[in-house]
Amino acid sequence: MDWTVIVMQLFTGLSLGMLYVMLALGLSIIFGLLTVVNFAHGAMYMWGAYAGVSIVAITGNFWLALIITPLVIGGYGLVVERGLIRPLYGRDINYPLLLTFGLQFIMIEIVRIFWGTSDQPFSSPDLLSAPIEMFGVFYFPSYRLFVIVVTIVICSVLWFFLEKTNLGLVIRAGTRDSLMVRALGIDMNRIWWLVFGIGSALAGIAGILASPIRSVFPEMGIAMLVECFVVVVVGGMGSLKGAILSGIIMGEAIAITTLFYPPMADIVIFLVMAVVLLVRPSGLFGRAGLLE
Amino acid sequence: MSEIKKKKVKGGKGMNRRTFLKTTGMAAGTMVFGGFHFVRHTQAASGPFKVGFPIPLTGPYGTEAKDQQAGAELAIAEINANGGVLGRKVELVVRDTKLKAAEAARRAKELLEAEKVELMSGCLSASNQLAVNQLAKEHGVPYVSVSQANEITQRQDNSVYTYHEAMNPHMTTQAVGEWVGKNFGKRWYYLTSDYAYGWQMTDGFKRKGKEFGAVDVGETKHPLGTSDYSSYMPRILAAKPDVLLLNNFGKDQLNSIKQATAFGLKKKMQLICPIILMSARIGAGWEAYDGVAGGTSFDWGLDIPTSKKFVSAFQKMHGRPPIDYAGYAYGGIKELLMAIGRAGSQDSVAIAEAIENRKYDNYKGNQWWRPCDHQSQQDVFIVRSKKDTAKYDVFEHVATVSGENERLLRTCVEVGMNPNKPVRTGLKK
Repeated sequence: MDWTVIVMQLFTGLSLGMLYVMLALGLSIIFGLLTVVNFAHGAMYMWGAYAGVSIVAITGNFWLALIITPLVIGGYGLVVERGLIRPLYGRDINYPLLLTFGLQFIMIEIVRIFWGTSDQPFSSPDLLSAPIEMFGVFYFPSYRLFVIVVTIVICSVLWFFLEKTNLGLVIRAGTRDSLMVRALGIDMNRIWWLVFGIGSALAGIAGILASPIRSVFPEMGIAMLVECFVVVVVGGMGSLKGAILSGIIMGEAIAITTLFYPPMADIVIFLVMAVVLLVRPSGLFGRAGLLE
Repeated sequence: MSEIKKKKVKGGKGMNRRTFLKTTGMAAGTMVFGGFHFVRHTQAASGPFKVGFPIPLTGPYGTEAKDQQAGAELAIAEINANGGVLGRKVELVVRDTKLKAAEAARRAKELLEAEKVELMSGCLSASNQLAVNQLAKEHGVPYVSVSQANEITQRQDNSVYTYHEAMNPHMTTQAVGEWVGKNFGKRWYYLTSDYAYGWQMTDGFKRKGKEFGAVDVGETKHPLGTSDYSSYMPRILAAKPDVLLLNNFGKDQLNSIKQATAFGLKKKMQLICPIILMSARIGAGWEAYDGVAGGTSFDWGLDIPTSKKFVSAFQKMHGRPPIDYAGYAYGGIKELLMAIGRAGSQDSVAIAEAIENRKYDNYKGNQWWRPCDHQSQQDVFIVRSKKDTAKYDVFEHVATVSGENERLLRTCVEVGMNPNKPVRTGLKK
């Protein structure tokens, strides 16, 4: 097999992994801080795609949609946290899990009612529609490169926010010991509220970014959510570093498997999960005892 | 039998002469054909005439399934407007198979035993069809299959109850392969959905390709319901094919074409789908499908009188033109209901005799029921995707491959049937 095929395959794996990273980040940050297993995350992703479709339909501008969509979905996340999740804090972890599980079906049904069940067309912006030549040997879709770049930028911004700002410090401290942070006079409710909004916004961006690549339909988030849970579990529940690394590992695992034995591509991520959990039961970067 | 008849005559205050005649007719029919099996039907012969319709509403073929339902609804509305079947109103009972054979079997059992449907149709996948066909056979209920499968008309699965209105992978690839072989290069690559539909399409193209000296330069199989095809692209590009045959369906077709276009495959090769779907084309947008060609059983733009009639009625009922799979459901269900009407009874042999050898034109020009296996012979249309000039105007019609004289069908002997006799296997004694 030609080495260019392998290099190209690694690239497709990277771009595939980036979608996982983007979605898993939101899932992981919400879990890390709120210990909410957000089953509505896939539906948020789907809403992000539909928000993108609608904004592009109205304005005809993909770039505008890329900016507005996370704001809309993030704003919706704030409403959900304030109205639905907050009353459940302090209860068993299953309460918000069941709530968001139900919420996702409501969200899917709303889309079915207003947009119907068929696929919505969504093309990549003209600027990014042509494949570009890489190192003079193979072609790669420019849009996928763009997705890789956007994900790197967002991860960097998120890292900077969490590591270098005061608010980030509070969030990190809250992940470790929220009782202690509250004892220091910080209103953790506001922090949780904000974090849920950020997590939702990330799902929204992932949704619109995925739309020119995959089909947009009401159940698009369900399969994606399952895969992202696997990514988060492998990375370690609540770990951002873990979500990023594991997202990329999964993308590459799928790409390499496809090259050699496609029928395995569907289940390879579960195999990786099984192996990782055997060696490290709380994931690559997970803290033990978070779920107990 | 006569006891039931008596009971009905005695107790039936509302029974008019017609119903009486029909009941007697049916009784006579039983005696003639010696079938015990339709005692059950006579007992059920009150209330609406139910048509069971298990389809994969959720899953990768959901969009097409919705259109199957829309086509079935139109057929039934038209039959009801003409007085129904055997004097009874027809009712469609839809169930979701989730595209799983086991689920299809469960739903079909429920339809046959709890809903007591008297005609089965539906399904959109060979494995689902075969499961439903098996149950329909066991219950002695006719099943008109409205999606592609090769096996359904083969000896093992076929029966007097089985009717296949849709095209099958063999005839599709014979027709599309012929057109591709004449018009494009000789290096063919196959992207195959890894189950019966994909295998049979790929197999059919490989066989047809040999006639044109086509070289098989590679094949990649992908699991059903794959959403990201990027990792399949490098290998396809490396094989340098002239033609890429995408033997997949529904959202899989949509996603693979959308992504193949993004990877610039169209600059290097012609993309061909055995069945190019209007539903997927609309879901993907014109840029993705631009220039992609393939076969179809029906396109709403066909210049055929019955097609125009069907399209305008469908448009009136559903506010959009029908896709090919709406056509199958419409044509198949209407055909069977009309046959039951003509037979004047629900005896399986009488229904079969009302259909076999019949030339008909319900919505797509001439079709013909082959007696030996109940396969519908029909033309295959070749269309190419273009930029929409109006909503839903997405394909240009480039060729019609005639299906006449069984030229696209396997012979009766090839499917394991007797060419000189109509199929009577599975008949309940």
